[in-house]
Amino acid sequence: MAERDRRRRGFRREHLVQALFLAPAALFLLLFFGYPVVKNVVMSLQEYTTRTFFTGEAPWVGLANYATAVGSSLFAPAMLNTALFTLGSIAGQFVIGLALANFFKRRFPLSGFLRSMLLLPWLLPLIVSSATWRSMLDQDSGILNAFLRNLGVIQEPVPWLTSPSVALLAVVLVNIWVGIPFNVTLLYGGLQEIPEELYEAGAVDGATGWKAFWHITWPNLRPVASVVLVLGVVYTLKVLDIILGLTNGGPANATQTLAVRSYQESFVNFQFGVGAAFSNILILISLVFAVVYLRMNRRAVDE
Amino acid sequence: MTTLDITTARSVPARLRPRKANRPKLGHTAVGLLMLAVMLFPVYWMVNASLQPSGNTLTADFLPLNPSFEGYEKAIAQQGPNLLTSLVISLGTVVFSLAVAAPAAYMLAQFRFRWINAALLAILISQMIPGIVIANALYAAYNDLGLLNSIPGLILADSTHAIPFVILIMRAFMMRIPPSIVEAARVDGAGLVRAFVSIVLPISRNSLITAGLFAFLFSWSDFLFALTLTTTEDVRPVTLGIYQYLGTQVSNWSAVMATAVLSSLPAIVLLVLAQKYIAAGATGGAVK
Repeated sequence: MAERDRRRRGFRREHLVQALFLAPAALFLLLFFGYPVVKNVVMSLQEYTTRTFFTGEAPWVGLANYATAVGSSLFAPAMLNTALFTLGSIAGQFVIGLALANFFKRRFPLSGFLRSMLLLPWLLPLIVSSATWRSMLDQDSGILNAFLRNLGVIQEPVPWLTSPSVALLAVVLVNIWVGIPFNVTLLYGGLQEIPEELYEAGAVDGATGWKAFWHITWPNLRPVASVVLVLGVVYTLKVLDIILGLTNGGPANATQTLAVRSYQESFVNFQFGVGAAFSNILILISLVFAVVYLRMNRRAVDE
Repeated sequence: MTTLDITTARSVPARLRPRKANRPKLGHTAVGLLMLAVMLFPVYWMVNASLQPSGNTLTADFLPLNPSFEGYEKAIAQQGPNLLTSLVISLGTVVFSLAVAAPAAYMLAQFRFRWINAALLAILISQMIPGIVIANALYAAYNDLGLLNSIPGLILADSTHAIPFVILIMRAFMMRIPPSIVEAARVDGAGLVRAFVSIVLPISRNSLITAGLFAFLFSWSDFLFALTLTTTEDVRPVTLGIYQYLGTQVSNWSAVMATAVLSSLPAIVLLVLAQKYIAAGATGGAVK
């Protein structure tokens, strides 16, 4: 009896120690992810402004902040820009990333080295990339306009970041550049897992080049490709550094997205309640994609 | 996908490979070099512009034939303290993130509980929460706690980038530790904590270094928390310094680009030191 008691007590102690291994991380996740998400929901239902910090009062206002957010003249443009920014970035990153991954699948001298160097844009601080591109896209002194003029593509310098009609395109181009390495890396990994035998068998049946891509590569790559696409969407929806660094949401609000709106309402206008409403709308959209992602990931893991 | 998969894929027996692969394909190397040159042109341009004499932006030469270090002198004079602040915050984030995440990763890798999948799910989802949501809530909380404009405040906030990532990537490594090694130590009377410190951590040294480098890089690159959680010049990371350069009419690109080059050094060091782990890092945070 005493022996069993002691063993049971040892067992319980063991469990306690195991739980302690997880406790700091669990506490951190709770305080720095759980609390902010809940706090954002609460804030979005309050009149939370600079005054709140002095008086401590944040009166409940129901859904008024959401009404302000959705009713503002910038809501529709921000939704449209968010959609265009996300779609454009993802399409560009994915197509170029897939092409590069396919190219580097072949074995040739230096292929491994070149492929890892390709990662550099992904590792640079985003604000560094923004600053660099901002100098390159400058209307008068930028290298891009000088280059295009020398090629004869354009006659007049293009105001990439100062004209409302092209600024969103410029921001998308920069974000594509930033996202290519991530796409290459994951897609390259996916390509590596397609058995070489499939291509050999395909070649016997005459499937080479594009045919091999459509009938062998694409169907086998689809699970990885879906994960890359969904993750890309979730990451792109929340992009802030690139836009703030390049255009600050301007010119004439041409590059306002939901994330930029949320930042500006909270930290420029100090309307934390409205900012929270914007970011909750953003979370809701992300959540839809996150659920899709998790379903896919689970399938990818199960298989 | 892990590094293991890459290495196994590389060692496919020669007879399974297409015969052509055995001949060197220099044409492919040339095309690959060209692609890399296009992709990395902005990085080259950053370095080039940083070496141009200041005030000469209208006619920036393609090659820095007469390199000027004026930009770097200005950068270090104006941004030196900010670089130092970034360094302190990033090192703090590494220490804090590893201390919190490594035991959790071990537990999630080696013990069987019913709720482990739920915990992993929560960690994955946490990576998808927009930083602005966290900043919004932390600003209010930090204001009450007096953590605005403070290094500990930024270390804690920056750890939100690092901790979920470190847990996932270290767990992937620790899953490969044979439980028998730890069990042997336990039989000899070592407690769980002691076994973890004296056996698991030394075995996982490589993954600790990789995860630590990434934690450093995440924190070093952070811009959003620096922007929202600091309001004075007391504590100003270099990313915010660059942003402030951009906010005022940019007249001196060589100083901005010199700061950008200095801020890129950790990324370059990571690329050189941990090259083979980076691919695992890129995917480790994304796919469980």
